[in-house]
Amino acid sequence: MRKFKALFLVMILVVCCMATACKKDDKDDKIKVGVVNNPPSESGYREANVKDMEAVFSEANGYTLKTFYSIKNDEQLQAAQGFITEGVDYLLISAAETTGWDDVLKKAKEAGIKVYLFDRMIDVDTSLYEAAVVSDMAKEGETAVNWLLSQNLPEYKVIHIQGAMGSDAQIGRTGALDKQFESGKMKKVVQQTATWDEAEAKKIVEAVINSGEDFNVIYAENDGMAKGAVAALDEAGITHGVDGKVIVMGFDCNKWALRELLAGKWNYDGQCSPFQAQIISDLIKSGKAPASKQIINNEKGFDAKALTQNDIDTYGLGE
Amino acid sequence: MKKNGKKAFLSGFGQLTIPLIAIALLVVFNLIRDPGFFSIGISHNNNGNPVLSGNIIGIINGASELAVLAMGMTLVTAACGGQDISVGAAAAIAGSVFVKVLKSGSAINAGTVILAFVMACIVAMLFGTFNGTLVAVFKIQPMIATLILYTCGRSIAYWINGGATPTVSSPILSGIGSFIPGVPIPTPVLIVVAMAILFKLLFHFTALGLFTQSVGINGSAARLNGINATFIKLLSFIILGVCVAVSGCIGVSRLGLINHETLLIDIEMDTILAVAIGGNSLGGGKFKLSGSIIGAYVIQMLTITLYAMKVPSTDVKAYKAIVIVLLVVIGSPVIKERFGRWISRLAERRRKVSAKGAEE
Repeated sequence: MRKFKALFLVMILVVCCMATACKKDDKDDKIKVGVVNNPPSESGYREANVKDMEAVFSEANGYTLKTFYSIKNDEQLQAAQGFITEGVDYLLISAAETTGWDDVLKKAKEAGIKVYLFDRMIDVDTSLYEAAVVSDMAKEGETAVNWLLSQNLPEYKVIHIQGAMGSDAQIGRTGALDKQFESGKMKKVVQQTATWDEAEAKKIVEAVINSGEDFNVIYAENDGMAKGAVAALDEAGITHGVDGKVIVMGFDCNKWALRELLAGKWNYDGQCSPFQAQIISDLIKSGKAPASKQIINNEKGFDAKALTQNDIDTYGLGE
Repeated sequence: MKKNGKKAFLSGFGQLTIPLIAIALLVVFNLIRDPGFFSIGISHNNNGNPVLSGNIIGIINGASELAVLAMGMTLVTAACGGQDISVGAAAAIAGSVFVKVLKSGSAINAGTVILAFVMACIVAMLFGTFNGTLVAVFKIQPMIATLILYTCGRSIAYWINGGATPTVSSPILSGIGSFIPGVPIPTPVLIVVAMAILFKLLFHFTALGLFTQSVGINGSAARLNGINATFIKLLSFIILGVCVAVSGCIGVSRLGLINHETLLIDIEMDTILAVAIGGNSLGGGKFKLSGSIIGAYVIQMLTITLYAMKVPSTDVKAYKAIVIVLLVVIGSPVIKERFGRWISRLAERRRKVSAKGAEE
């Protein structure tokens, strides 16, 4: 009797599998894309990234999208394996960790599945993927510093508030400014890490104000810390923004931060673009192999004077 | 006679000796370094209100959340002989609830702010009850029991926020977080004073202080004397919950932004440190709230001093650690006892010498 039951269950399983398999055959004309990503809960950046992926690889654009989100590398590997077995055409990966992907990517290659990396690089041979669409944090810093130089201030006295030391964003965004400090073009009033903490950023700026030292630029490596710095300025009665004494610069382009720009309270916000989907979609539809293995996602910097509401709606993250 | 005076000085402040010496040392150090460090001025903020400014104001203001948490933590420490390491995470939850309620209404007015604060309080007290139940009823080590909320608290805050870092702005909030128009003292400082007075009244009109102390010193003895030890422990966690809600709401109001990852990050360790610097035994029993509050200001003064000295960002924590190790070692029973013995020996020798002098 027990054997009978087991047999029955197996039969159901087989029928189910066949049923789902049959269903898939109906959609053969669409391009099947499997996305392995970090969960949207990770950050505002990731949330926008996931939404963008789902919008671009939609049915209307001729795609069948399968997604898997996890912050754990081994779960991501299993999911990627699953997508390969199911037989997707393209595999898009933003890996939780840079290691451990060799085998899976080799299997994908054997199965004729083309792999694109987005947002994060993986430590594998470049022949195993078509291209990686990533942000260049160092370039973000350069764009911001070039903008600052283009303001032609008579002198630059900068408060530099850094993110968590050693993070990609911190290293990239610090580099360009450090060069200016070294060359003597800009004066380093203070350079401190607030480890992305808004309240800590406020304390750092307060300490500078209380020391009586003069400054005219605040370069914060993300929007939150810029907000903290501005709170300190407001309490001390120091004007800031477009018509103010102190230039305020942030990064990440949260919607609320861009609104501060639009109101003229901040001067600059550098983008860290989560929008790689369109670039990958264009590559897929063009059918050609990309010219370079590493494609840098072009990232903008917004000037408060040139910003429009339309930019906020298009490029702003979060709400 | 002189030596006796010194002894009286040392023991006269009792438990508060170490934190007061620490404050004095930091003050002297800063005065030597920069005589203008403690200057207080009146300036106008960008809303045109006159406000007090200066390092000392920055220190007292910046330590507000820490001071409020330290008060609650002292009570938990005294009653349970252990610490709650989830206060930072719980404050993130309370802050998220605060913002959530504020944003759910159409307009932010005094009524919605009070409602939001009450909701935040209730939620924080519930989590306090959760921690307290694990500790008091199930007799789990406080650090292990609160490790649960420490681990998952910020994720819960994330769910409440819906994944983003919501911002709220309103004159009422900036009134709570920075200055009320016309009042030059930062509002968080006033909140700390109010909380301290509330605690003072609580200890004055109830026997909570005595009960907490006796539960902390010997739980079974306290029970045999008719004190409900379980309830006292639970109550200490619920009171800490209120402190958590207050500090969370201050933190949110300061910037009008809730970031579940960074709101009051690592504050649990500073809070425990404030209790320790305040001369309270981390093993429970006798306690002094004023010690913990002074401890909070010591920590903040240390941080601001390091910022003012422009210590490289990567080194700040290391310097902080050195000073704190010194403070804690000086305050340890072993050193205290040795020092006490040394002083009494000196006094004795002096007495012998003077007695001999009198004989001759």
